[in-house]
Amino acid sequence: MQHKAKRSVATGLLQAKPIVHPYIPNSVPEIKESMLKEIGVERAEELYADIPKKFVMKRRLNLPKPSPEYEIRKRTMALLSKNKSFYEMPSFLGAGCWPHYVPAVCDEIMGRGEFLTSYAGNEYIDLGRFQALFEFQSMIGELVGLDAVSWPMYDWASTCGEAVRMASRITGRQQILVPRTINPERLSVMKNYSQSLLDVKPVNYDRDTGQLDVEDLKNKISSNTAAVYIENPSYLGFIEAQGDQISDIAHDHGALSIVGVEPLSLGVLAAPGGYGADIVVGEGQPLGVHMNYGGGVMGILACRDEERFVAEMPTILLTITTTQDKTEEQYGFNWWALSKRLHYESREKGKSFTGTNAALWGIGAAVFMALLGPQGIRELGETIMQKSHYAMKLLSDIGRIKTPLFDSAHFEEFTVNFDGTGKTVRSVNNALLKGDIQGGKDLTTEFPELGKTALYCVTEVHSKDQIDKLATLLKKIVRGKR
Amino acid sequence: MGQTGQRGYVPPPAEDEIKAAVGDVGSRIPPKMRRKQAPALPELSEPETLTHYMHLSQQTFGFDSGINVGVGTCTMKYSPKVNEELCRMPQFADIHPLQDESTTQGILEVMYTLSSWLEEITGMDQVSLHGGGGSHGVFTNVCMMRAYHKFNKELEQRTEVIVPLLSHPCNPSSAATAGFKVITLEPDEVTGCPDIEALKVAASEHTAAMMLTDPYDTGVFDSNIEEYVKIIHEVGGLVLLDQANANSILGVTRAGDMGADMCQVNLHKSFSSPHAGMGPGSGPVCVKEKFAKFLPVPIVEFDGKKYHLNYDRPHSIGKTRSFLGNIQCVLRAYAWIMSLGAEGLREVAEIAVINNNYIMKKVSDVRGLSLPYAKGHHRMQEARFSWDQLKKDTGLGTADLNRRIVDFGVASYFESHHPWVVPEPMTPEPTEAVSKADLDRFCQMIHQLSDEAYNTPELIKTAPHNGAIGAIDPTPMEDIKKTALTWNAFLKRRGKE
Repeated sequence: MQHKAKRSVATGLLQAKPIVHPYIPNSVPEIKESMLKEIGVERAEELYADIPKKFVMKRRLNLPKPSPEYEIRKRTMALLSKNKSFYEMPSFLGAGCWPHYVPAVCDEIMGRGEFLTSYAGNEYIDLGRFQALFEFQSMIGELVGLDAVSWPMYDWASTCGEAVRMASRITGRQQILVPRTINPERLSVMKNYSQSLLDVKPVNYDRDTGQLDVEDLKNKISSNTAAVYIENPSYLGFIEAQGDQISDIAHDHGALSIVGVEPLSLGVLAAPGGYGADIVVGEGQPLGVHMNYGGGVMGILACRDEERFVAEMPTILLTITTTQDKTEEQYGFNWWALSKRLHYESREKGKSFTGTNAALWGIGAAVFMALLGPQGIRELGETIMQKSHYAMKLLSDIGRIKTPLFDSAHFEEFTVNFDGTGKTVRSVNNALLKGDIQGGKDLTTEFPELGKTALYCVTEVHSKDQIDKLATLLKKIVRGKR
Repeated sequence: MGQTGQRGYVPPPAEDEIKAAVGDVGSRIPPKMRRKQAPALPELSEPETLTHYMHLSQQTFGFDSGINVGVGTCTMKYSPKVNEELCRMPQFADIHPLQDESTTQGILEVMYTLSSWLEEITGMDQVSLHGGGGSHGVFTNVCMMRAYHKFNKELEQRTEVIVPLLSHPCNPSSAATAGFKVITLEPDEVTGCPDIEALKVAASEHTAAMMLTDPYDTGVFDSNIEEYVKIIHEVGGLVLLDQANANSILGVTRAGDMGADMCQVNLHKSFSSPHAGMGPGSGPVCVKEKFAKFLPVPIVEFDGKKYHLNYDRPHSIGKTRSFLGNIQCVLRAYAWIMSLGAEGLREVAEIAVINNNYIMKKVSDVRGLSLPYAKGHHRMQEARFSWDQLKKDTGLGTADLNRRIVDFGVASYFESHHPWVVPEPMTPEPTEAVSKADLDRFCQMIHQLSDEAYNTPELIKTAPHNGAIGAIDPTPMEDIKKTALTWNAFLKRRGKE
C-alpha cells in the first residue's frame, strides 16, 4: 500500500491546522496549550518521548477528511439503504440467528444511555444494571430448569466451547460426544476452544427421524467421556425426543449431559434441567435482541446449583447479597463472585480468558421475558409451531419438494429437500430473490448426505401471506424448466 | 412479581386459516418433551415493565451519566448518539448474517472500508472483524498463532508463550486456553518493564510467541519493544501485541511498524462503540500478510464492483464465534472515524495523553499517593497510582476510598488486575472526551479522599453515604455456599439459614 506523507514532521507540526472537534472538549487550542504548560512541556509530541523515534509516524494516516454529523448520517443512511431488511424482504433464514419481533420497550431500555455506556462499575454505582442482569439470570433459570446461571456470554457457539471445557474440569475426562447434526459453525468454535486438549467425537443420527443414534452413543461413550452434548431443537430443526435417555446414558458412564437450546422453544418444550441436563447452553438473541447482521447473539450458560459445578463456571458470576445494615435490609448485587476463578485474578490459572461479552443483550432479554410472562412465552412458542408447520404443509403439498426430511416433531426450523426438482438450493434461492424472498440456508456443503437440502426458518413474524407467497413462488420454480 | 393475568406483550398470533390448517400442533411434541409447568416469569403490564427497568437504568452510572474518569484500562469515552441512530435502522438491525450478498452490499461496504482503515491505523496487512471483544480478539490471535506453528510442523516443539506480568490477563489466559505453557516476565521495579536479559533466557526453540501489551495498563510505554521483537523472531516465535490501549497512540505509532505479527484493537474502547455494560464489544484482529491465510472465515472482499464474503479459505482457523462479528460495533467505529479523519484521530491520542499527564501533575502532591515505575517519564493513556503509603498511615486502602468516591456523584475507579504488584492501586484513565473542568473536579476529589483518610477516617469507613444502597455483605462473593446466582437459589439458601 502506498501512502504519501502530506506534511513533514520536520516542521514539528503534524497538526498544521488545529482541529476543534465536538467529541474532544480540550481540543480548543487555548485549553490544550494551558494544559501542556501545566504539565511542563511545550508540545504534545514531547509526551511521546518513550516511543522509539523510528516508530513515530512521520506522516498522517491515510484516512478520509473529517465529516460533520449531518454528512455521516446522510452518507451512512444511503449506504445502509442498499441492504434489505426483513421488512422489505421476508427471509426464511435462521441457523443460529432468528428473525423475531423486538418489542419497542426492549429497544427503549437497551438504548438508555446509562445502561448503554456503562462498563465495569461496581455494586454501588451500578445497582440497577446488576439487578437487571440478576433478573435475567433468574428468568433464564426458570426457562431451563437450573438454578445457577452465569452472566451473558459471547454467543451459543463459544459458550459450547466453554461448557465442554467446564465438563472436562469437573469430570477430569477429555472426550466430548456431539451429535453429527450439530451446527458445523458451533463445532468449529468448540474445536478452537478445546484445541488439542479435548477429543470431540460425533455420534450418528437416524436418517429417517434425525434422532440421535442411541446405540452409536452407547458404543462410543467410555470412561473417558466428559460430556454428551445435544441440541434441542436440533440445528436441523427437529425436536430431540430422547433427552432423558441420553442424559441417563451419560450419567451411567459418569459423564455430564449438556443441552443446547433456543430459549423461546422453552415456552412449549420441557426444561432440559427436568430431563437430566447438568449444563444448559443456548443462544439468547431471540429474547428481544435484533439480529444486527449476526451481532445480536448472546450466549446462555446455566448449570446445576451445586458447588462442584458453580466453582467451575468460566465467566463473571453475579450474586445477590444483602446490605450489612440489617435494620433496613436491602438486596444488593456483586458481579465478582468467586473471582479467583477469573483470569482477572489468576491470569493463566483462570478458568477462561473471557472478558467483555454481551451484557446489554442480557438486559434486553430480561425486559423481553418480563414483558412476555408465562402466558406470552407459551403463546409465542405455539404460534411459532403453528406457522412453521403450516409452511411445512404448504411446501410439502407442492410435490417434488420433501419437507421435513425427518419424521419428527419440529419447532421453528425444518429441512427442505430439492433433490426431486433437479435444481440446486442455490438456483432456487436465486429465483426466490427475484421475487423478493430470501430462501433458507443452503446445507449442501455442510450435510452432503442430505442432498440438495436447505434449512428454513418460520417464526411469529412470518405472516400467512408471506408463507403463501413463498409456496407459490417455489411451486413456479420447481415446476419450471429443469 | 405483578398480578396474575397481566401481560406486557402480545406476540403476533397465527391467522385463523393457519390454525385451522395445522390443528393442535402441541400434540405433535412427544409427551415427555412437552413443558408441563409454566416458567415463573413476572406478570406485568407494558408500562409497569418499562418503569421498572427505567428505574434500574437510573441506578446505573454510564459515561453518559457524569464524570467517569476513574475507569482505567477501559477507555471510557463519548459514544456519539448519531451512531446509535444508524444502528437502529432496520436496514442494519433487522438483517440476517446469511442473507444473499446482493441484499447486504451496504453493510459489506462498511465492513470492508473499516477493515482497510484499521489496516492503515495499525500498520497491518489484513483485518478480520470476527473478534467478539478485546479478549476474544486476543484468543483468536492465539488460535492463528497456533495454526501457523502447526502449519510449519513446529507446534509440538513450540509449547511456550512468554508474557510480561503487566500485560493484560487475557493474554496468559488465552495462551493457556489454547494449551500453551505460560512463562511470566516480572516487571523491573524501576522501569515497570521486563528485563531484556530475562527475556533472552526465556526465549528458545520452544517459544511459540510473546504476548505483550504496549502501552501497558500502567500507562508506561515499553521502549524495548524493538529488542523484544528481535529476540522472539530470532528464535522463531511470533509477537502478538495487545492494542487495547491504542487510544493514546492513534496516528502516532503503529503495531505493524513496531514489528508485531498480530494485534487486536478494541472497537468498544478506542473506537467509541459504547461498552454496553460489559458488551457486546468488538476486537478485530489485524495480521501481517504471512498470517492472513489463517484468519477466521469469512473475509470481506471487493472485486471492484461488488463486495462479497469469502468462505473458501482452506488454512483458516475456522471460527471462534458464530457469524461475522459484532457488526453494530463495526458500524459505529466506521462512523466515528468518518467524523474525525486522520487529524482527528491524532488529536484524540494527543488529548488523551495530555489529560492523563495533567491528572498526574495535579495529584502529584496528594498525601499518601504515589506513582510507582518510570519516574520522570510521561505516561500514555492512564497511570497506575498507589495508595500504599496512605494505607500504612491510616489503615484505609484503595477499596475503602473507592466506596467513598461514589458519594461525590462520580463513577468508582478501577483499581488493578491481579496480582497487585502496585500495592493499593488506583488506575484512572481520562480519555479525550473529558473536559479540563471535569478533570479538575476529579483531581480535587482525589485530594479530598486523602484529606478525609487522614482527618476524618470514619467518613470513609462507613461509606457509601449517598449511594443507592449502603455497604453490602461481601460473604456471598467469597463463600460458594452463599453465592446465589438466581432468585430460586437465593430462596434455597435462605431456607437453609
